[in-house]
Order: sequence, then C-alpha cells, then structure tokens
Amino acid sequence: MAKVLVVTSGKGGVGKTTSTAALGAALATAGKDVVVVDFDVGLRNLDLVMGAERRVVYDLINVVQGDAKLVQALIRDKRVPTLSLLPASQTRDKDALTDEGVEKVIGELKEKFDWVICDSPAGIERGATLAMRHADIAIVVTNPEVSSVRDSDRIIGLLDSKTEKAEKGERVQKHLLLTRFDAARAGRGEMLNIDDVLEILSIPLLGIIPESTEVLRASNLGSPVTLNAPLSAPARAYFDAAKRLNGESLEMVIPRDRKSLFGKIFGRRAAA
Amino acid sequence: MRLMNLFKRPQSTTAPVARERLQILLAHERAVSGKSDLIAILREEILGVIAKHFPVEQEGISVKMERGEIVSTLEVEVEIPTPMCPSFPLPATSKPATADELAREPEMAEAAEASE
Repeated sequence: MAKVLVVTSGKGGVGKTTSTAALGAALATAGKDVVVVDFDVGLRNLDLVMGAERRVVYDLINVVQGDAKLVQALIRDKRVPTLSLLPASQTRDKDALTDEGVEKVIGELKEKFDWVICDSPAGIERGATLAMRHADIAIVVTNPEVSSVRDSDRIIGLLDSKTEKAEKGERVQKHLLLTRFDAARAGRGEMLNIDDVLEILSIPLLGIIPESTEVLRASNLGSPVTLNAPLSAPARAYFDAAKRLNGESLEMVIPRDRKSLFGKIFGRRAAA
Repeated sequence: MRLMNLFKRPQSTTAPVARERLQILLAHERAVSGKSDLIAILREEILGVIAKHFPVEQEGISVKMERGEIVSTLEVEVEIPTPMCPSFPLPATSKPATADELAREPEMAEAAEASE
C-alpha cells in the first residue's frame, strides 16, 4: 500500500526541499519506488536540487488541468531508476491547483509508487494545505531556532485539523526532523537542545540532521546529499531517517563528519 | 568566583531563554488557535456593549492582553467623553445614559434604537 508523505515546516529555508530530495533518494536506493512532488507552484526548486531542471517539460499544473498525462510529466532520475520527480509549475500561480485535481493526481501516483513524497511550500496558505491534504505521514522539518519551532507548532495544528485524515477523525502520523543541528553549540547552551524542541513540539523524532557543508555542496551540484556524499554525516542521518520511515527501529545518534588529522588541526581556523 | 567569571564567555547560554519564551508563547497560541484575532473580536464586542449606554468613539477604546506564565491580564480602557468634550455628540442623537437606562435589558435598548 502506497504511503503519502508530506515534508512541511511553516517557515521557509529550514530544509524542506533538501530533506525531500535526500529522503526520496535514500528510500529509492533501498529499492522502493519513490516519487517526489513539488507543490511550490511559482517558486519551484525541487527540480534544481535534484539536478533535473533542464528536463522539465510538463508539470503538476499541466497534469491537474488535464493538459498532460501523468507519465509525460514524471521525470525519472538518471542516477536511481526507482526515483521520479513531478515538478511544480514555475509560471502559473498556486490558484491553478484545485482540490479535485490534486486528489486525482495523488490517487494515480499511489497506484504507481510505494512512496509519494510531497514537498510543501513555506507558509500556511493554499499550496501548503493542499500539499498536506492527502498525507498519511507528515515530516515536520524544524531548525533549533525560535521562529522555526513556533511555525512548526502552527503547522502541527493544521495537520491535526486541515487534512483529509483529520476530517475523517483519523490522525496524520507526525514526525520531527531536526535539521541544521550543531551538537557543540547545543552543548554550550547556545542553541536549543533536542530535548527542548521535542518537549515543546511533543511529536516523535525521525532524525537529527547535523549542520554540514556537504548539504550546500550537494545542492550546488544538483544531487541529493544521500547520493552525492552517502558517507557524510547528514547523508547517514537521512539514511537512518529513511529506515525509520520503513519501520526499522534504530538507535538515535547524531552522525559526525570524520575529520582527518589535517582537518582537525586546520579545519577550525579555515572555518572561522 | 569573580576570577572564574572573567573566563566565562558572556551570555553564552541563551538557549534556556529561547526555550522559556517559546513555552510561554506557544501555550497561549495553542489556546487561541484559529482565533488569532481574538483581541480585535473582543474589542468590537466590548465597544458594542458600551456604545449602547455611552457615546463612545471607535478610537476611544483600547484592549490589551498581557500574557504571563501563570495568569494573563486583559486590560480594557474606555474613554467616555463628557459634555465638555468638543467631540461630544448632540444630546438628540445620544444622551448620556441614566441609571434607569443602564438597568434596562440590552434587548430592550436595541428595540428602542430600532423604533427610532
């Protein structure tokens, strides 16, 4: 049975698109059929992060409005054959998305794939509520920072009221993905700790993605970090999160980048 | 002790402050979720009730909510113009309410207005 997953946050810039790409690639390399769907109509970026920006012909709006067939709009990843992308439209506005159209597309995607991962736009407007509408599972991406935590709390409220599941009296499974976490700074009391965020938001933890230069490096190259640097700390954290989504229970650890002796001596100075 | 403080970086532990601020804020936001313009609604309703009895202006009322950890306070300040006030309305349209009028049921006050 296909699962529909929404990657959401309320606040922009916390890592929704990065996490969608990384988790999608991680689940696909584990042998699952995965589609990542960009719901950020007018400000699409998942295509760019996935390195498929030059292959976009048709998009979600074309499919919703019946101008293109779903198979025409799906872009298959060149690195992982079980990974596909359904891009958003860059020129249309979000009002072009209709409730019925989105429901139909999600229904068709559920027949073709094991995982349908919806990358939500920031905010709490129509695009964001449509992205979460049909979700079975929600990943709330949060930075250990006050504005992000507050917006996540708001989004959790919407997941409990505005989704199809909520309206039927069921519950969307919610998971916290803590991104850009810096264990050293949290240890010194300069950054909200994992327990602080968990206590405030009180939803279960899916993973902790450490702050890392590898994330920007991967997006520069148009490759999910789990494909571009699979042994890096953030990639290992995303692989663990993907395994948890598949029902495995793993010990929660914060992976660390292994530094060479040279890096240990000079890395700090170079970074400062 | 003082000497040790010299070596301590100032304000390095800001996370507990962040945590506390969030906890207080979110406790309130959750309570009024879906009613984000609660203060505006309260202001309109309070103005409606008072305007039945006093010639208050739209700008003459301020409603403030002070959010605290244990109790919150709601502060309502209403300016009631006296006949000395330049903006005081003509007695024909609305005269200051008498004790009798104040004691009347609100429905009756509405009915009286409607019949005028």
